[in-house]
Amino acid sequence: MTNLEKYINAFVESLEVAAEDVPALKYGESDQWDSVGHMSLIAALEDAFDIMVDMDDIIDLSSFEKGKEILAKYDVEI
Amino acid sequence: MFDVNELPALSAYEWAHEEKHAFLTRELCELTRHHAARCPEYHKMLAASGVDVDRVQRFEELPFLPVRLFKEFSLKSVPDEELHKTMTSSGTTGQQVSRIYLDRETSTLQSKVLSRIVGEFLGKQRLPMIILDTSAIIKNRAMFSARGAGILGFSMFGRDKIYALDENMQLDVEGLKAFLKKHEGEDIFLFGFTFMIWQHFCAELRKSGYRPDLSRGVLIHGGGWKKLADQHITTAQFRQALHETCGLTRVHDYYGMVEQTGTIYMECECGHLHAPVWSDITIRRPSDFGVAEKGALGLIQVSSLLPHSYPGHMLLTEDEGRILGEDDCPCGRKGKYFEIIGRIRRAEVRGCSDTYEQK
Ligand SMILES: [Zn+2]
Repeated sequence: MTNLEKYINAFVESLEVAAEDVPALKYGESDQWDSVGHMSLIAALEDAFDIMVDMDDIIDLSSFEKGKEILAKYDVEI
Repeated sequence: MFDVNELPALSAYEWAHEEKHAFLTRELCELTRHHAARCPEYHKMLAASGVDVDRVQRFEELPFLPVRLFKEFSLKSVPDEELHKTMTSSGTTGQQVSRIYLDRETSTLQSKVLSRIVGEFLGKQRLPMIILDTSAIIKNRAMFSARGAGILGFSMFGRDKIYALDENMQLDVEGLKAFLKKHEGEDIFLFGFTFMIWQHFCAELRKSGYRPDLSRGVLIHGGGWKKLADQHITTAQFRQALHETCGLTRVHDYYGMVEQTGTIYMECECGHLHAPVWSDITIRRPSDFGVAEKGALGLIQVSSLLPHSYPGHMLLTEDEGRILGEDDCPCGRKGKYFEIIGRIRRAEVRGCSDTYEQK
């Protein structure tokens, strides 16, 4: 799996959404990506890329695109 | 106005009286103007109070709203399309609940400030976390309670989380054993609500005879003492029970409310609740709502810089307490420190807000 596939997969599995809907997702704008979904998503990303996300980044990860920027800080290129 | 995005960069307990008070006065005046310009009901109440914000020298002169108003009115300072989520307080059946309207900015600010405060007690690392509650609590999103919201809010500070109690409120002994084995030698973050910890976690441990070693744990608990006080359980007994059943010694209570999420008041190593730099405590005499002297009992007013989407920056609670000191707690944290005595009788508070509304 490429990193992009892993990244999309983390959203699909933790938020239970279709892969084609993932790129448009924003925190708080869908029923699935609420505060419960957010913590599952973080856990899924941490598992997928074997990283530990800082608190500030957990708070800042508010969209599909923003997540890519944040992962770059952990040397994960999407 | 101070750029709100810079607020979380401040250090939580560094500022002594003079600097903090001037900062809060300037920012709370600005927030008062902000809400008066955006929330018509608030504008009316401010006008009725007769306070001229431009002449205010100290933030204590600004008007405050009884916390009960958020149960009776929809108070918001943002257009509906900017609303991000609505928080509700936990109320017993039949009671009205507070409705707090959050936009994205206020909600993010709350999370960031909470992480600054908690970071002072847990360190910067996210620790393995045990939630002293049932895994059923966040299963049903539709029934999302203040307890569930609290657990989620604090879950940010943990990793590899487990719940100590299963869906039937039984202790998950096997789960805890595996977790503690995996994280042997590490500090562990524990979070829960005071009453649940006493009534379920401690009680289940006693019953089962299982004695997990949580001597490397740091427990943060909140939700109030009312239910325990009704059973005549003291802080000392609570701490003693935790020490006996699982070796926990680092235990921090916190005081906070859904109407001012984020700026919680943490209990330090000396057993004192501390006001962080973003918020403050003022004790008011129930007789005339004047500021009480240091050490005197009165109603607790909470002032916070975080509420931007609803006019909840200065609230009179129904809790009674007293200031113990300022800037000189032996733990080294600056700012006011205080204690909560209990909750005032409903009738008295009703009287107080009625008085306010009649002005
Ligand atoms: Zn202290």
